[in-house]
Amino acid sequence: MELLLASAIGVLTAAGIYLVLRLRTFPVIIGTSLLTYAVNVFLFASGRLVVNEPPILRDTATSYTDPLPQALVLTAIVISFGMTAVVVMVALAAYLSSEDDHVNDQPAGLAAAENDAKGKAGP
Amino acid sequence: MSLFLIVALPFIGALLPGLMIRAGRQPCAMTTFFVTLIALIGLLTHVPAVMAGEVVTAKAAWLPGLGLNANFFVDGLGLFFAGLILGIGLLIIAYARAYLSVADNMGEFYTYLLLFQGAMVGIVLCDNILMLLIFWELTSLSSFLLIGYWKHLEAGRQGARMALAVTGMGGLAMIGGMILLGEVAGSYDLSVILESREAIQASPLYMPALLLILLGCFTKSAQFPFHFWLPHAMAAPTPVSAYLHSATMVKAGIFLMARLWPVLSGTEAWFLIVTTIGLVTMVLGAVIALFKNDLKALLAFSTVSHLGLITMLLGMGTPYAAMAAVFHILNHATFKAALFMSAGIIDHEAHTRDITRLGGLRRLMPVTFVIATIGSLSMAGIPLFNGFLSKEMMLEEASHTTLFDSPWLVPALATIGALFSAAYSFRYIVHVFLGPERRDYPAHPHDPGPGMWLPPAVLIVPVVVIGLAPFLAEPLVKTVTRAVLGGAAEMPYAHLKIWHGLTPALWMSVIAVIGGIVLLAAYGPLARAWRAAPRPEAKVIFDAIISGAVRGARGLIEGLHNGALTRYAAIFTVTVVAVGAHAWFTGTMPAATSQMIPLNPITVIGWVLLVTATGCLVLYHRRRLIALVLMGVIGLMVSVGFNYLSAPDLALTQFSVEVVTIILLLLALNFLPNETPRQSSTAIRLRDGVIAITGGLGSAGLIYAMLIRDLPMNAISDFHLANSYKGGGGTNVVNVILVDFRGFDTFGEIIVLGIAALIIYAITEALLAGPVRARLEARKPDQPIAGDAHPMMMVVMTRVMMPLVLMVGIYIFLRGHNEPGGGFIAGLIVAIAVVVQYMASGFAWADSRLHYPYHTIIGAGVLVAGLTGIGAWFFGEPFLTSAFGYFRIPPFDKFELATAMGFDLGVFLAVVGAVMLSLESFSRLAQRSRGQPSQFAMDIDPSRDDPDEWAEKES
Repeated sequence: MELLLASAIGVLTAAGIYLVLRLRTFPVIIGTSLLTYAVNVFLFASGRLVVNEPPILRDTATSYTDPLPQALVLTAIVISFGMTAVVVMVALAAYLSSEDDHVNDQPAGLAAAENDAKGKAGP
Repeated sequence: MSLFLIVALPFIGALLPGLMIRAGRQPCAMTTFFVTLIALIGLLTHVPAVMAGEVVTAKAAWLPGLGLNANFFVDGLGLFFAGLILGIGLLIIAYARAYLSVADNMGEFYTYLLLFQGAMVGIVLCDNILMLLIFWELTSLSSFLLIGYWKHLEAGRQGARMALAVTGMGGLAMIGGMILLGEVAGSYDLSVILESREAIQASPLYMPALLLILLGCFTKSAQFPFHFWLPHAMAAPTPVSAYLHSATMVKAGIFLMARLWPVLSGTEAWFLIVTTIGLVTMVLGAVIALFKNDLKALLAFSTVSHLGLITMLLGMGTPYAAMAAVFHILNHATFKAALFMSAGIIDHEAHTRDITRLGGLRRLMPVTFVIATIGSLSMAGIPLFNGFLSKEMMLEEASHTTLFDSPWLVPALATIGALFSAAYSFRYIVHVFLGPERRDYPAHPHDPGPGMWLPPAVLIVPVVVIGLAPFLAEPLVKTVTRAVLGGAAEMPYAHLKIWHGLTPALWMSVIAVIGGIVLLAAYGPLARAWRAAPRPEAKVIFDAIISGAVRGARGLIEGLHNGALTRYAAIFTVTVVAVGAHAWFTGTMPAATSQMIPLNPITVIGWVLLVTATGCLVLYHRRRLIALVLMGVIGLMVSVGFNYLSAPDLALTQFSVEVVTIILLLLALNFLPNETPRQSSTAIRLRDGVIAITGGLGSAGLIYAMLIRDLPMNAISDFHLANSYKGGGGTNVVNVILVDFRGFDTFGEIIVLGIAALIIYAITEALLAGPVRARLEARKPDQPIAGDAHPMMMVVMTRVMMPLVLMVGIYIFLRGHNEPGGGFIAGLIVAIAVVVQYMASGFAWADSRLHYPYHTIIGAGVLVAGLTGIGAWFFGEPFLTSAFGYFRIPPFDKFELATAMGFDLGVFLAVVGAVMLSLESFSRLAQRSRGQPSQFAMDIDPSRDDPDEWAEKES
């Protein structure tokens, strides 16, 4: 189980990094979301993995999982939604105002030339 | 007056000139004058105590753990310098009132001047070397502002920059030196450091500390080879030159050498470095000064020369030399400030300060002539003026100083320095005032009003009085010298007097004066030879070094930081991986201890789903809708994983967040291109792939290494588990941590969430107010629109579901304290219930049924949570302490009520508001692009007729 979880974190991280290194806003947003999953699971797992021992107090239970990483990750999940929403909004605003969804500044003239080309090709 | 107040007064006063200038130039100058006067009077109240040998202190511990104390003390040395700074400051303020023209912003000038004054007083009075460093940097900054005061002058801007670069660099070295010194002495308090002479000189850190501190002092006091900035700083208005660059700031380095004299001096290194640099600076400055035609440049190089003289005296390390240094500081401050002011008068009245265009001013400007002549004669070292006395003491000390095994080197060079000094002093008199009157002055020169000649005249009085009656200055000089020597040396048994007999020093003086006259007589041919001789130009060298440094910095920065965010991400990832790899390969780890959880087929299936979805996402990420679907799969698998691994709260949260995130991204995708074009070359994708896989391997390896080992220490969780029910009244420990143990964190987090939602709202508003609005309205959908945007089945079902979902939300909220659930999850569920209404019945329909704007809900949430926390205050408990109890209301069973529930209600409201405000903002953009919203909830409504018929009826 530990190996499965570690490899899943590795796969999510690798995919996240690869997408973050793309040149358009949308894949970068998806990439940061994948990194968010990876980081949240990582933090959660740092409290060690436990099966069938939820952090709910019971008279019959003898041991519990570590509740603290769970509490931290819970708020992290909600906050990361807020941050994703802000980044999406910024990306959207940039695209709507400039008709360009490149992450990096484009060399002057290039973006304009591309837009011209699009305009000519369009109806 | 308290020392705190004396130091603070100029800083507080610096606020006034900018305001008072509105009342006029005179009130502005008067305010500045009186601020300084009050500080000076306050300082003078300490004179009796200090002259009696006491040390007046004022202490305030600020950050004692870091060794930062706001301690001030005034002894002889501090009093002497603070007196010079405030006293000459008064005269300069009066002089500047007359000097500045109507076009100059006087408020700005006096503000900078007071800032500078405060920083200088701080340097000389503070007892903590860390604070001293701050004041030290403040003088560099304020001097930058003052030198560049005439912003229209290119020379002024360049000179200011050069002064800042040189003194700033020295200040940086000084920080290093002072920290070393503090570490060696075990305290950053000067009073302690001054007691630790043996420990400091025996330490191996003595040498680096000495070199760094001297670097700071030499740059500040314009010692060779850093002397070049001072002449370029002469582009400043003359009051600044007279104040900063003759009397005070350039003496800060000297002051510090004198202050640290008891601990640093007396070693071979100190003697060799300080004496040699001082000697070279003295001779070099004097020689260059003679051949300068600009009056202020002449005075600037003469200042460099005299500072070298004082430095040399401090370097010699004998008590007599220290006394001579103190005496010369006093004398130089008086005659040089007066001379600078006289140069300013000439510039002001004749509109030039080029010596070749002047001459014969004796009759035209008699008052200025007298002032300048007395000052120059004192500078030349002519008897009956104060400059003679200290110069004679210097020559006396030089005559028996052996440097580099040569008894002749120092006396000979000192005489040459004095000789050139006499020559340029005579030149200042002869070439400016004597000779025939000319007809081609740029303006007709005449004596200025008393506002300008009175301040230098005041300074000329001590030049003559001390020159005639040196015993008057003796108590002051001796007190200061005693402070300089500290406990390190005996006071010299010597008196200040004019006639010492036929000593070697007298003969050296005679040679210097006669030689000076001879040099001046032969000035014409000498100057031609000087101008013909090749010599290095300091400014060219400095500019070359600066532009080289700028090129290097630019190359480095543009390589790393070229505006391409993708590059930052790549550099960041590679750096993190490299640092992690370094730790991995160099660190040691304990053996694996923990038991593995056995695999079961379900978890393997979940893993396969997650990994496959991620792989497909990377492969198909260019098709954005598919990417979103795959992301949903990943999120689902993550939440299932949380559930399996004993984290039901996380599973619920992840699941509901997943829903709103996907809705959000779909709303955004509505406007973005549907496909990502293939843009990177194969090589670049390969490179990114390598970076990504390395990063993935790193994180997987790290977490695996953690998971196969037990926690290295007992986690705080045991406390949480033990106290959750007893202290927090809940059995769901995760929820109790959120609303109780770490409630303050949660409080901050809901505020952040609310701010994020407000940012989204604000950006939407800005977009809709700008040109984007027109573009949105003109936008044609790039895909065919569904026939019925609001299908009846969905509308009906969502409306039936709504109360049920709300019920679930309330249930999840209420059980949260004891079972999985709570405010966060309930908030997300309720938000989803509302979003579904928007999706099914349309924006306009849902929006018109909204009674409370989402901003209000966010605000109410934060407020409820905050008030719940504050409630604890009324019971004398800290913020957010929770209380709970059990109640019974017949016919219900006993139930629990906790204040934590109020806090959780706040969380709930904030989450609902934030999620809804974000999603609503996105859908407002979509609404705008869809034209006029339909007024009907359903496109097909059984209560209406067939829409086509209806449309016909309408028309």
